[in-house]
Amino acid sequence: MTLTGIWRFYRDGFRSMTLGKTLWALILIKLIVLFGFLKVFFFPDLLKTRYDNDYDRGAFVLRHILESAPPERNRP
Amino acid sequence: MMETFDPAAVNWARAQFALTAMYHWMFVPLTLGLSFLLAFFETFYYKTGDPEWKRITRFWMRLFAVNFAIGIATGLILEFQFGTNWSNYSWMVGDIFGAPLAIEVLFAFFIEATFFAVMFFGWDRVSPRFHLFSTWMVAIGSSLSAVWILVANAWMQRPVGMVFNPDLARFEMQDIAAVITSPVAVSHFLHATSTSFVLSALFVLSVSSWYLLKGRYLRLAVRSVLVASVFGLLFSFLVILSGDQAAHNAARFQPMKLAAMEALYRGEKNAGLVAIGLLNPEKKPGDDRPVFHQAVHFPYLLSLLANRRLDTFVPGIDDLLYGNPAEGIVGVSEKMVLGNEALEQLTRYRQARKEKDEEAAAFHLAAFKKVEDHLGFAYLDGPEEAVPHVPILFYGFHVMVGLGFLFPLIFLLYLILALKNRLPRYRWLLRLGLLLVPLGFLASQLGWVVTEMGRQPWAIHHILPVKVAQSNLAAATVQSTFYIFLVLLTLLFVAEVRIMLSQIRIGPEEK
Repeated sequence: MTLTGIWRFYRDGFRSMTLGKTLWALILIKLIVLFGFLKVFFFPDLLKTRYDNDYDRGAFVLRHILESAPPERNRP
Repeated sequence: MMETFDPAAVNWARAQFALTAMYHWMFVPLTLGLSFLLAFFETFYYKTGDPEWKRITRFWMRLFAVNFAIGIATGLILEFQFGTNWSNYSWMVGDIFGAPLAIEVLFAFFIEATFFAVMFFGWDRVSPRFHLFSTWMVAIGSSLSAVWILVANAWMQRPVGMVFNPDLARFEMQDIAAVITSPVAVSHFLHATSTSFVLSALFVLSVSSWYLLKGRYLRLAVRSVLVASVFGLLFSFLVILSGDQAAHNAARFQPMKLAAMEALYRGEKNAGLVAIGLLNPEKKPGDDRPVFHQAVHFPYLLSLLANRRLDTFVPGIDDLLYGNPAEGIVGVSEKMVLGNEALEQLTRYRQARKEKDEEAAAFHLAAFKKVEDHLGFAYLDGPEEAVPHVPILFYGFHVMVGLGFLFPLIFLLYLILALKNRLPRYRWLLRLGLLLVPLGFLASQLGWVVTEMGRQPWAIHHILPVKVAQSNLAAATVQSTFYIFLVLLTLLFVAEVRIMLSQIRIGPEEK
């Protein structure tokens, strides 16, 4: 199949959809809400936004690990 | 300064992840199972040339498309949460999860962009042989793409094939084969896919039952029942075998999980498996209160399940918590001492590196490596924190197993009656058949509840507790996004049910 043939295959397939059009609309709305709204305003990648490089990210997480244990008095 | 945990924030983050994961798992099993049923329906069409089989294939393909479209990208929401709510964990496991998840995305994209398109658009555009090949590729490819996420989850239950880099605070992949072929990963994959196949067969039986009750599309309904009941029956056996292997793996690698699933507080030889039981809600680890108000046991079966021998000892929650020297079991208190040692050596290693004292750094690193498998125990507030929620695990496990044994009997009954052409007369069975979808989803969801609640309190078994894996966010922040997801996912769910029901009402006649 040539590139033109592949293009026509997809184009005609999308054009002849009935139920598929509703489903594609739903998928697009969902993706817009997820990436245009939720990801941007509510779900930043915290370590990526706060630190510029892997060394600083690693240092932060290591510090978090080392300082997260309960005080010695709570230990057996 | 010591970090303080906000239990409310941890619990909201867990609730948010559970909500989205359970929602995601509403769609995945139907995608995995229906794709194989489509392949079988189309194979019958290809072999016989009977247009009724083509009509059947196209009808179920439409319901498959609805499920796929609503479910698509719901997994992405989990990835958002990894970066925001679980940033420490994401950083630490990035090297382990990165490769499997990248392979999954590439695999899914390749299949969806090519074979999905041929399957939906290609009925009269490609040869019947190539169309059938594409349908089979969608089925096989969907299951294979599920391998990777299941491998990643299995690694959290049993971390293997990795090494901890104390400079970057990351687990680094050392042996990908060990990660992929871990016994937990293998049983995870077999159990998750086979239960998905069974759930899809139940879905087909349910919809077909409705048509039979309404007296519509009888030929489609009976043929669908024949294929789905054979498919469901065969995979029910794999569900039982792989479930047995998963429980055996829990005994080997996560004995606390198995003890909680069975509410076994005091370990015993010749241990019996609880058939049915009512827990005493007052029971706590270490006390002498009775475990059950009422219980019926299958004698010896728990020992057989756990150790493959009838006369063997199965440790209970108290043995694992407080130790049992006679059985060579080290208690959580002792493991907490080892965890503290691991943390101490890691602290000294970092200090030595800061001071550029490489000799001391090498010494403390070697000392850390000896006890690093117990690192997570350093973060427990007390030994009892190592026990997962017993009632959820006990009831979840037993309801799931009960349904898992009920389904093959239902498949068998449907199969016999369909073969004898008597199915439309058994209206009580057809009415019962309408309940098979919710019951199938209940069993499937409970499987994950048992798997993930049984892993608690660990994000990575014995190495990293959930509370350390979480980002330091305010509870209100996580709570607000929880409600946003609740509204969004409810809307999507209502949309799916409405579209699915309207397509079922329309039936195989395309409009």
